[in-house]
Amino acid sequence: MYVAVKGGERAIAAAHDWLARERRGDAAIPEIGIDQIREQMGLAVDRVMAEGSLYDPDLAALALKQARGDTIEAIFLIRAYRTTLPRFGASRPIATGAMRCERRISAIFKDVPGGQVLGPTFDYTHRLLDFKLAAEAATSERSQPQPTPQPRADDTPHVADILAREDLIQRENAAPDVHATPDLTRAPLTLPASRALRLQALARGDEGFLLSLAYSTQRGYGRNHPFVGELRIGTVAVEMDIPELGFAIEIGEITVSECESVNQFTGSKTQPAQFTRGYGLVFGRGERKAISMALVDRALRWRELGEENGGAPAQDAEFVLAHADNIQASGFLEHIKLPHYVDFQAELELIRRLRREALAHVGGGA
Amino acid sequence: MSDYNFAYLDEQTKRMIRRALLKAVAIPGYQVPFASREMPMPYGWGTGGVQVTAACLVPEDTLKVIDQGADDTTNAVSIRAFFARVADVATTERTAEASLIQTRHRIPETPLREDQILVYQVPIPEPLRFLEPRETETRKMHALAEYGLMHVRLYEDIARHGEIAKSYAYPVRVEGRYVMDPSPIPKFDNPKLGDCPALQLFGAGREQRIYALPPYTRVESLDFEDYPFKASKPDQPCALCGARDSYLDEVITDDAGTRMFVCSDTDYCRERRDAGHRGLMAAPFEDDADAELPQ
Amino acid sequence: MSTPLLETDGLTKSYGSRIGCADVSFMLWPGEVMGIVGESGSGKSTLLSCLAGHLESDAGQIRYRDRAGETHLPATMSEAGRRRLAREEWAYVHQNPRDGLRMGVSAGGNVGEPLMARGQRHYGDIREAALDWLERVEIARDRIDDPPRAFSGGMQQRLQIARSLVNNPRLVFMDEPTGGLDVSVQARLLDLLRGLVRDLGLSAVIVTHDLAVVRLLADRLMVMQGGYVVESGLTDQVLDDPQHAYTQLLVSSVLQV
Repeated sequence: MYVAVKGGERAIAAAHDWLARERRGDAAIPEIGIDQIREQMGLAVDRVMAEGSLYDPDLAALALKQARGDTIEAIFLIRAYRTTLPRFGASRPIATGAMRCERRISAIFKDVPGGQVLGPTFDYTHRLLDFKLAAEAATSERSQPQPTPQPRADDTPHVADILAREDLIQRENAAPDVHATPDLTRAPLTLPASRALRLQALARGDEGFLLSLAYSTQRGYGRNHPFVGELRIGTVAVEMDIPELGFAIEIGEITVSECESVNQFTGSKTQPAQFTRGYGLVFGRGERKAISMALVDRALRWRELGEENGGAPAQDAEFVLAHADNIQASGFLEHIKLPHYVDFQAELELIRRLRREALAHVGGGA
Repeated sequence: MSDYNFAYLDEQTKRMIRRALLKAVAIPGYQVPFASREMPMPYGWGTGGVQVTAACLVPEDTLKVIDQGADDTTNAVSIRAFFARVADVATTERTAEASLIQTRHRIPETPLREDQILVYQVPIPEPLRFLEPRETETRKMHALAEYGLMHVRLYEDIARHGEIAKSYAYPVRVEGRYVMDPSPIPKFDNPKLGDCPALQLFGAGREQRIYALPPYTRVESLDFEDYPFKASKPDQPCALCGARDSYLDEVITDDAGTRMFVCSDTDYCRERRDAGHRGLMAAPFEDDADAELPQ
Repeated sequence: MSTPLLETDGLTKSYGSRIGCADVSFMLWPGEVMGIVGESGSGKSTLLSCLAGHLESDAGQIRYRDRAGETHLPATMSEAGRRRLAREEWAYVHQNPRDGLRMGVSAGGNVGEPLMARGQRHYGDIREAALDWLERVEIARDRIDDPPRAFSGGMQQRLQIARSLVNNPRLVFMDEPTGGLDVSVQARLLDLLRGLVRDLGLSAVIVTHDLAVVRLLADRLMVMQGGYVVESGLTDQVLDDPQHAYTQLLVSSVLQV
């Protein structure tokens, strides 16, 4: 005897309860605090801010805690929260030239004004698990003999400006009117997309996706001979013009990572050769993403630079932009878990009928 | 209780969506781009439908939410709970009592009225998407009404299978102009699209498109003159209520693969049984799983 | 027949400082086949692209007279108008048949698509028309459901021709229609084309570097070099008695068959 299944509501409530218990884990172990996540899992926090498109380390830390460490789930929480926030206006473009750099390197010169500053990088660590870190926090009384290094106080000019002085590198377009820049979160994505819109999409885009695309260009799928002209990480001021005051005020400070790539030069007998460039910028310390973004940005510029579209995935703007957003991607991917039995029923019926007809055709002769 | 505006979206966003809806109603079947917002449920889980519903809801509305034709599938439950929380509107499981119905993958069996709105959740709004992946190209095809490629696909089906092999999301032509994807409803539901007294709105959140069928619109399922469209379903009655005219779910009832067919539209089925209709496997429909089952 | 079917006046197209084609003027009459010959870089492909509306010219005018007797300027038409012309009045045969076919669609679907694009909605009729055309281009009827990638190069080219002619165009543009095919296949294709052109009363503009093609198919001939038309006239006259030095060079360098 068939009794139809009901109780979806109860099932959902029970699932949420269980989730909450799993999130807490073993009650005998101290609950993790937002400040601990913010301080000690800073790079995860930075990624959530970058792809969530919201600069707030505390909220990002909360999201990570609520999401049990699932980065994309945390980004989703931040995005959903961001949607509800009111807009006061737009800031001035941040002046990365005035950045207080904690890290600043250039691969194209041995030394540059401002120096090569390694900063707190993993680059030269040996990837050997440090079991001392597994010891209880209370017992690992590491003394901190030196004071925390400070970022450079002096101005650090952009390396690209050095090349630009000799006209060796293409100039970026003059700063456009900030109010004319489209906002990807307020207007639907339209193709073909301007570089400004593409950069927005890339800045919010999934790090893994951009990493793989950038890697693919290095392996020949739209190769553009990239050099890291400059990578800089540090704090910049955010300034906003207040009409009532008649001048701009600083409303805060954020940490960003900026990468300028120097790429394959173009030119001809009549047009002097110049290096081309790509650009990457992310919230927080996200250099892998910033470098990837610069390479993908450059790959997508083939048309305005008069290059051939070799058909590489990284050169296909529609492909890249449509699939870069991991919230859209994960949502649609995971939606296939939802019931689809009505459509499947229709397919079952169709396939049964086709099979019946095919078998009849074979069995019953011409 | 709410820190949120009525129905979650702020008024600016609702205004933006309503403008898109007006455009959509003015051009039946045409996909209007809109700035889809990030919602508290994932893309692909009904954000388009939820945004359209949120933009249309007024406090006096009575809301019904169904998924696969049923009110108590998990996602329908989740969405209904969402609106109960952020809009505090009355909800119902009865099609006849609802003023706004949000649906995924089915059209209710009970005929709709002029005072009702049906909101569809749409995953992929572009009917040409699987023939032509580039949006720049499909936009042109719609603008110039160049739909030959669509019919090529149908031709290929007939050449290979002897019939058109599209069983759901069956493309339609609206008022003889735009080709539209009616969302993944089974083709059995297609005839209900045309000449419908209710307003039908379609929302695709992730793809950022809204489209609409105003009441009493001419909607034709694509076909060939000598291979006309047939709305089909399993040739069975509902095992619970005996209905021969409703779309059926196949339910596997034991390990041996025994199966039975029951109405996909749970409200329709319940109504028929309340009215005394009984199918072959008729049993009282138990709301409480602990209640004793009759022998 | 007092107005030409297709007419150009001083047609010019450059790529930066490089000349594509320059100052090309001619008239094409209904039922005429015009050949355009030259080596690569002569400008003949650029000219064809401008005529067919694939490229925008820098100077000069193109005039086309449609079935209803109306004259159009394709370069200034709306995209919708141009696409309608391309669908209902013109045909384009690509050098590489893959560029003119849908490789993922069956032969029947390929030939039927132009009919469906014009509103044909009877499967049986579409299939009959496709079968009919397959026969006309000498493809076995039982190949109708095969995809083009199952065909040889010559067969693909014949399929492309069927697809391009099924809507009874008045003007056919052909870009090296026999290019890439081996000699015996070429001969068969040329024969087929000659028969079709004659039976259907087609007008055509054929671009080729192969003089045998124009000898067989073209009534008139234009010889291009460096973007300019250096000689034109009746095919036999130009080939048998070339006046311009370049034409003489072309003619003399062909192995006489």
